[in-house]
Amino acid sequence: MKKIINDPSAVVDQALYGMALAHPDLLRVERDPAVIVRADAPIAGKVAIISGGGSGHEPLHGGFVGAGMLDAACPGAVFTSPTPDQIVAAVEQVNGGAGVLLVVKNYTGDVLNFATAAELAGADGVDVRTVVIDDDVAVKDSLYTAGRRGVAGTVLLEKIVGAAAERGDDLDWCAAVAAKVVANVRSLGLALNGCTVPHVGQPSFALAEDEVELGIGIHGEPGRQRLPMEPADALVGRLVDGVADDLSLSSGDQVLLFTNGMGGTPLVELYLAHGIAERLVADRGVQVERRLVGSYVTSLEMQGMSLTVLKLDDELTELWDAPVRTAALRWGV
Amino acid sequence: MSCATEDVVAVVRAAAVTVREHRDELVELDRRIGDGDHGENLMRGFTAVTSKLDSHVPDTPGAVLKLVATTLISTVGGASGPLFGTAFLRAGTAVGGLYRLDGAAVAAALEAASAGVIARGRADVGDKTMVDALAPAVEAARAAVGGSVAEVLAAAAEAAERGASSTVPLVARKGRASYLGERSAGHLDPGARSTALLLRCFAGSGRFADSADRG
Ligand SMILES: Nc1ncnc2c1ncn2[C@@H]1O[C@H](COP(=O)(O)OP(=O)(O)OP(=O)(O)O)[C@@H](O)[C@H]1O
Ligand SMILES: [Mg+2]
Repeated sequence: MKKIINDPSAVVDQALYGMALAHPDLLRVERDPAVIVRADAPIAGKVAIISGGGSGHEPLHGGFVGAGMLDAACPGAVFTSPTPDQIVAAVEQVNGGAGVLLVVKNYTGDVLNFATAAELAGADGVDVRTVVIDDDVAVKDSLYTAGRRGVAGTVLLEKIVGAAAERGDDLDWCAAVAAKVVANVRSLGLALNGCTVPHVGQPSFALAEDEVELGIGIHGEPGRQRLPMEPADALVGRLVDGVADDLSLSSGDQVLLFTNGMGGTPLVELYLAHGIAERLVADRGVQVERRLVGSYVTSLEMQGMSLTVLKLDDELTELWDAPVRTAALRWGV
Repeated sequence: MSCATEDVVAVVRAAAVTVREHRDELVELDRRIGDGDHGENLMRGFTAVTSKLDSHVPDTPGAVLKLVATTLISTVGGASGPLFGTAFLRAGTAVGGLYRLDGAAVAAALEAASAGVIARGRADVGDKTMVDALAPAVEAARAAVGGSVAEVLAAAAEAAERGASSTVPLVARKGRASYLGERSAGHLDPGARSTALLLRCFAGSGRFADSADRG
């Protein structure tokens, strides 16, 4: 393992220290328990949006703390959900009296820890709501399993619900907007290699030169299927088909297309892939109205990508376009 | 003194040592069908438990179990944090304010722990989770009631080990491993393995070996 770190168990803490120094205008970092808080929080009368999850997905979630997006993010250990006391501390830091919405990716660990925190904060009299995102089409949904994972669609959810809260929507409305995003967003990813978690010290899985893993999550876990490596046209085609079929995309739909890098993919390849994706989506008669290209939901240094499609309506488009000022997404301000 | 507060403290400390010794093994199991953090998560939790006990020892077995629970919940994260936390919390509640635990109390604590994990995680036997180790342990413990604390724990540990082994051929239906679908078969579930390790440690610590004589 070769990484720019000191001690595997101190990676998150030391990164948070640097993050606080890098963005004093946007955020502050509480250390014990660890919470990344919007600089001007709490904002009286505004619904507070809190998310969190394992570290190693940067810029998710801390990079999205700021005006128009998240009020706080709770960073867990690398690829491990945060603990309830972090989430409760976040609620205390950002609750502006209008209630709190927790944005949770659908993993057993995250769901259990956020549920425990919601119970504790609720017992303290805070109006807490939770939205669980499960946009990964690689996992078959079923009543009897843990269900689909939350992956790259989380960024779109955090941006849109953050904008709703910023313009003054109440907790019910923010929760409804969030539910609408969850219902209309799907993702599918692939990897060209695994990634190395600092405290594990070796790659999460190994792929031969001529292999690709389809249907990966964002924790370096293996995917659903191992396939022979193919040219970009074919690989991106698989992602577009998987997402479009699951969303039942049809001619006339308007969408946001998000081409996401997994951490170790150069932007030149992401643009190449985005070009293919946009053409394939357009071939289906679907209008790409908005797009996002870059590494926003990553899996450490993993080489790979994911494709996310969000079906838009006027409200979602307006909220997407609204100003945002965070470390990783910034426009309109 | 065999099943008084200091014994519970001693086995909890022993558990921390066991977790440390098996950290790499648990990480490796979780790397195969999960995300490779289970050993690290548990070690972080039990290290925190040990340092809590260094500064303060509660005065009943139940209070020790609750201290373990709240510490695990606030330090482990992951799926196993709330699940093991709930297990220790329910076990602590089950033994109430007793100053000494007999075999029946230990079996009841185990039963409450298992029920708590099932209520939180909604896994059934056969889903390839820690429940596959816990549920048979509860049955074995119940059957051994009437025996000493040592006998109840030994029965539970053995059943948990068999239960953990039974997860190997299973396809996971809960937790991170479920994302792998069929590819999760052929591997031991890390949470079932750690559960069996903890029960074996409780049983084998020698603290309870003579509890039958002393009631
Ligand atoms: N719903 C569940 N019910 C009971 N046990 C579960 C459930 N889900 C997972 N587990 C157990 O938890 C173990 C994994 O624990 P671990 O500490 O690795 O958390 P994790 O799943 O990686 O959490 P995170 O999602 O935050 O990374 C599994 O091996 C399994 O035994
Ligand atoms: Mg794990």
